[in-house]
Parts: sequence; structure tokens; C-alpha cells
Amino acid sequence: MNILISGVGGQGVLLISNIIAQAAISADFDVKTNEVHGMAQRGGSVLAQVRFGKKIYSPLVWEGTADIIISLEQSESLRYAHFLKRGGLAVTSTQTIIPVTVSSGKAKYPIDMEDRLKNVFPRLIAMDARAEAQKSGNIKAANVVVLGASANEFGLTEENWNKALSNVIPQKYLAINKIAFEAGRRLNK
Amino acid sequence: MGSKILLSGNEAIARGAWEAGLSAAFGYPGTPSTEILENLVRHKDDVYLEWSPNEKVAFEAAAGASYTGVRTIVTMKHVGLNVAADPLMTLSYVGTEGGMLICVADDPGQHSSQNEQDSRHYARFAKIPVLEPSDSAEASSFVKYGFDLSEKFKTAVMLRTTTRISHSKSLVETYGRQAPGAANFQRNPERFCPLPLWSRTMRHNVEARQKLLQAESEHSPLNRIEWGDKNLGIIAEGLSYQYVKEVFPDASVLKLGFAWPFPDVLIREFAEGVQNLLIVEENEEIMEEHVKSLGIKCLGRDLISGIGELSVPKLLKAKAGIEGKRYDTPVCVKESADLPARPPVLCPGCPHRGLFFALTKHDVIVTGDIGCYSLGVFPPLSRTDTILCMGGGFTLAHGMNKAGEKKRAVGIVGDSTFFHSGITGLIDVIYNKGNSVLIVLDNRTTAMTGHQDHPGTGVTLMGEKTGALSIQAIALACGMEQIDTVNPYDLEQTGSALSKALSSDKPSLIVTNAPCPLRTRCEVGPKRYIDTKSCKACLSCVRIGCPAIESRSKGVPPQIDPEICAGCGLCEQTCNFGAIRRKN
Repeated sequence: MNILISGVGGQGVLLISNIIAQAAISADFDVKTNEVHGMAQRGGSVLAQVRFGKKIYSPLVWEGTADIIISLEQSESLRYAHFLKRGGLAVTSTQTIIPVTVSSGKAKYPIDMEDRLKNVFPRLIAMDARAEAQKSGNIKAANVVVLGASANEFGLTEENWNKALSNVIPQKYLAINKIAFEAGRRLNK
Repeated sequence: MGSKILLSGNEAIARGAWEAGLSAAFGYPGTPSTEILENLVRHKDDVYLEWSPNEKVAFEAAAGASYTGVRTIVTMKHVGLNVAADPLMTLSYVGTEGGMLICVADDPGQHSSQNEQDSRHYARFAKIPVLEPSDSAEASSFVKYGFDLSEKFKTAVMLRTTTRISHSKSLVETYGRQAPGAANFQRNPERFCPLPLWSRTMRHNVEARQKLLQAESEHSPLNRIEWGDKNLGIIAEGLSYQYVKEVFPDASVLKLGFAWPFPDVLIREFAEGVQNLLIVEENEEIMEEHVKSLGIKCLGRDLISGIGELSVPKLLKAKAGIEGKRYDTPVCVKESADLPARPPVLCPGCPHRGLFFALTKHDVIVTGDIGCYSLGVFPPLSRTDTILCMGGGFTLAHGMNKAGEKKRAVGIVGDSTFFHSGITGLIDVIYNKGNSVLIVLDNRTTAMTGHQDHPGTGVTLMGEKTGALSIQAIALACGMEQIDTVNPYDLEQTGSALSKALSSDKPSLIVTNAPCPLRTRCEVGPKRYIDTKSCKACLSCVRIGCPAIESRSKGVPPQIDPEICAGCGLCEQTCNFGAIRRKN
């Protein structure tokens, strides 16, 4: 299983990759992940990767092989679209974050995002994750809503996910994040 | 048998070193190496830890620790090893007592670096052995092997990782800690003082050691042949081994974990056992050149470029080349064209922004340096003209001004960089009667690498309070007469300090004094919003390049994202119509 998680620095991309990795470990899979540190984290486009299976060699996913692309910002799902394999699924928040390149007039943010997403991704789950997270009690759990919406695709059990959430998320925020995860899950049934 | 946990390469090095009885660790932050020392902090009751002012200092301190007989590591990124190259070259002669590992992380693909130099050159240059793990489990076990090797041959050992080894996570078996050694230096000037009289003997010893190390490499469990299809044999080290297993699952593989000196007998045995030989290595073609020097024919660089990162697609292309087929990148989903680029930017509330914005009002050359403030080079601020290396911000400006450059050159370094190697540049400007305007962007942390302490923060890596060195007092002691400390969120104050410095023909220092809000986790002030009725959509505020200010098109008032606005108020100061207001 090859998973890409994309977003903008500060959105909580790494948290999602951690949860998926822990869920896969609890299902006894070999797991490798990769994440980006340093300069790229400062408000730039951020990509994390998770691979799990019986035996994993490369820690990186490559073009045309991702089973799922999870994105916390909609243009960031399109940026990595060419990684998706045939029949792969894109799960994205419809949140828009305008890059400085657009604000300073050097580039344009596409106005036809909805159409583009539908055209590029034959299998797409797009949601207003922030609204869902707000309903769950904290807008900051939007990343976990998006994860929840993809969760049924991994072949992992309820127990695997529960274990992973408890492992990764601090006790204080666990309840809200579990609600957010379930809210996401209901969007993909 | 311990339990298996998911660790990054850096976490695994930290864990493995602690398990192996590490006593002291030194380093300077640098992506992708930083997390090794950060992950040792949980073991600070067992291990002495420090962020040294720079890599040379860290290296020498580690050598000192090793001389006393305890196990030690020094950590740095590849370019940090340039700074530490002086002690490296002679430590090879002198040798070590307690196991000493030089943990150096290279950055092929330049994710967070100014070049992609290959540290193996340094190991060969200094004639010390190199170990190259291919995942986190090996990162941990190679540390232990490395300490034993270091103690057996009395030499420092390089543990070389690359970005993807350092920052990829995989499963690692964990164990308890073995008892650390006790420091007990044995006085022996002939052994520890490389005066020509004695270092000429050491020079011979280095060559003798080299032969012994090569013999060790021949029989090392870190080097192994995995026989498979004998039509194609591949020699690989580090991460390239993983990519090879992915792309050539049936091929025979010689995996080199003890990556230098090369095991020539093993290489010959492998080469003779296969029809065709391919060398797969990231960065420079060090292995390939060596194999060819043995008179063995092989493929390598002619099929796989050494520029940028190695990758599975690069190997798939090479495979197609070997098989005489065409390779097309598998694109199942059409790419979305014309997406706006999203490069890294100065964060909302970044104190560097005010200084860079003030610099946009002056036609000067700005020589910058390595840190978050390197991002000042990008539009809309565009106020950095050169970046060379740590400390180069001050010295390049000095050189330009001394060369008679018509435009005034202004030199910038960060606070951590000032302590790393900015001080010597400052001394140069004063001593040699320069007139450069020097600026220290003091945000009280080493921000880009993830907020490490440094000599100016008043806290050590051990978490202890210590004296905070004053940049201004150091400059004063060096003879700097004109020193201004400004609040970079106050554009008028910052601008007038800059004007004053530029109007003088004497050297001057400006220190911007505001902590990184990402570190303090506090907002700078009340969040701002744009009153759309008063806003004339002139987009003046957008010119500060703040990611919290979103402007979709001309003629429409921009918006401030309340979630990421840090309340620094710079935008408010740029608005001529009073349209940017404070939230209550």
C-alpha cells in the first residue's frame, strides 16, 4: 500500500502519516515512512509518504504507484496527481490556501478547482473538512477528518485505527479527534 | 530481544548510541542531521549533550572526550564537515581512544542545502572508514559496530547517512543500555601531539591501518553477497540498496555497509560470479571509479546520473536501458497544469520580514547567509543578493566594499550563525577598517533547523540555564562603535537605524531584537483584519510577502487569514488608508 499525504507547512501532514504508520504496525505490516524537515516546512508545499506491506524496501512512493493521495489543501492534491496509480483514490479537503506567489501577483490560483479535481481524479472524495472538524469540536482536527474519509481504503481494522489514534494523539485531544475521524469516515460509505 | 518500534534514521542513531554506552555527544544543528542530538535529550541523565557553537568546535570536543576513553559522537550535516575538516584530517593521524563516530548527513537532491557534496570524499581524504546504513535498523546496529571498529583500530569512524535515511522511518529492534566507560586520560605526548617528529611516524601508521581496515572490510558482516540471477550483479551502498531491491528483485547484489575502504577480494569474487556488473550509488561515483581501477568492467554513471537524488524511476530507466527497452514514466492520471508554485516563505509574524521590508527602501547590495532569512531572497521582498556559506553574510559584504563596489554592501547573519562564524567576519571588518553595515537578525533561536538553543539563548541542550552571550557586548569588545538595537516589527525604527548606518562611512552593527513566534508559541500582538469599506485595494500590504494576507486578484481587497495571522502589525504600518485594524 502506497500513500501520499500532501498539504501546506503547518497543516498537520506529519500527524496523518504517523497515524497511518502506527495503524499498519498494529496490523503487523512492515512499514516505512518519509517526511520532509528543514526549509521546505516553512509555509511551503509539504509531502509525507507511507508504505506498508509484507516487506517494504524503498521508503519513497514513486510516480504512478500511489494507492491513495490524501490532501489537506485542494491544489496540493493536484500537485502530486501524477503519483496516483490507475484506479487510485484522491481524498482532499476543499480548503484553499493562497500561496504568496498568487498574493504578490506572480501566479494565479485556479478558479475552476471543483472541475479540475473531478477531471483529474476519476475516484475522488472532496470535503469541507474544516466545517466537519468544527462540528466535531475543533477546527484543528480537519486533518483527522480527511484521514477518516480515507480510512476504509486501507484494509485495516477498527482496532488498528483506535490503537494508532491513542498512540499518536495526546490524551487531552483524543476524544475530539476520534469524533473527527468518525465524521470523516461517514463521508466515505 | 527488544521490542520493535518505528524510528527515523536519526532517532535510530540516537537510540543505538545510547544503547552502546555513549557518554558524550556534540554537534551543530543542520538538516538532515539535527534530530540525532534532539533525540538524545531524553537520555540526558546518562549522556552529556551539547550544541557547540560550530562543527569544528563540536568535532574537537568529541575528540577530547574520546581521548579520555569514553564513547562519543559528533553530528553535523555535510557542509558542516567542511567547517570541521581541519581537526578531521589530523585526528586521522593521532587516532582515538574511546569509540568515536562522526555522524554526517548528506543531502543529495539539496532538500535543505546549498550543495550536494559527498562526504565519502572526506573519509577517503582523511583515510578513515565509512559505514553506510540502508534503513533505521541498520542505523542503530551500525552505530554499535562503528564504536567497536573505532576502538579496535583507534580511529574515528564516519557514519554517513543521507536525507532519506535520516528522515525515513522504519522498524528498529531496541535493547537496553550497556555500561559506559569511565573517562581516564592516559598522558602520552608521543601519542597525542602530532609534532613533525612524531607525526611522521603517525603518517606511516595511517597507511598501515588502512591495510588492516581493508582486511576488516573483506570479512565484515556489513558487507554481504545476496546471490540471485547471475546475469546481472549490482553493487550498492546505503539507500541505493533499497532501491535496487525494489527495481531488480531477482539480481545478485553485493551490499556494502562497510563502504570504505573497499573489500577488493569480495568485489572481485562478486564480479567474477556475474555476467554483467552495475554500480548503483547516490552522489559521486566513488565506488565505480574504484571498481574500474581494479580492472573490472562495469556500468554505472553512464546509465544513472549522479546529479540529484537517486530514485526508483531513475533505476527503472536504467533497467530499461540495460534491457534495450524504452522507458516511459507511468502517468495514469493527467497532471494539472499551471498550478501556482508554493515555495517556502517567511512565516506569518516572522521578525525578519520587517528588516527585509526596510531594506527594500535602499539601493544596496545585501549579502545574506544560511537560515530562515535565506528566504528573504524571494519575491516580493527580494532583498538578498548573495548566499555562500555560514558566516559569509558579513565577509562577502566586507570584500565587496573593499573591492571598491559603488553600491554599499550590507551583510546579514542570524544569531546562531553569528556565534557559529559571524564573529570572525565582524572582527575582520573592524580590524581592517571596513565600512560595512552588518546586521544580525536575532530571533533568539536556531530557527530553520527546528529551534535549537545556542550561546545567545541562555539555555543548554541539557536544559540547564546558562549565561546568554550578548551580541552587542561582543561587538563592542571587538571595537564596533556604532551599534543599534531595533524592534523589527517597528518599521520606522528599523528604517531609521538603517538610514543612519548607511549615511555613515564607518562600520556599524544593527541587531534586530525579537524572538521567533514559532518558538515562543505566542502571538506577537492582536490579530489584524482588513476593513473592506476603507480598503482601496492598493495591495501595499501584500508587498511584505506575508502568507496570512491572501489576495486573489487586483482591484479586490485582500483578506487576512485569522487562523495564521500572528498579529505582528507590519501590514498595518504599510496601509495608507487605515484599513488594517486590530481585532479585540
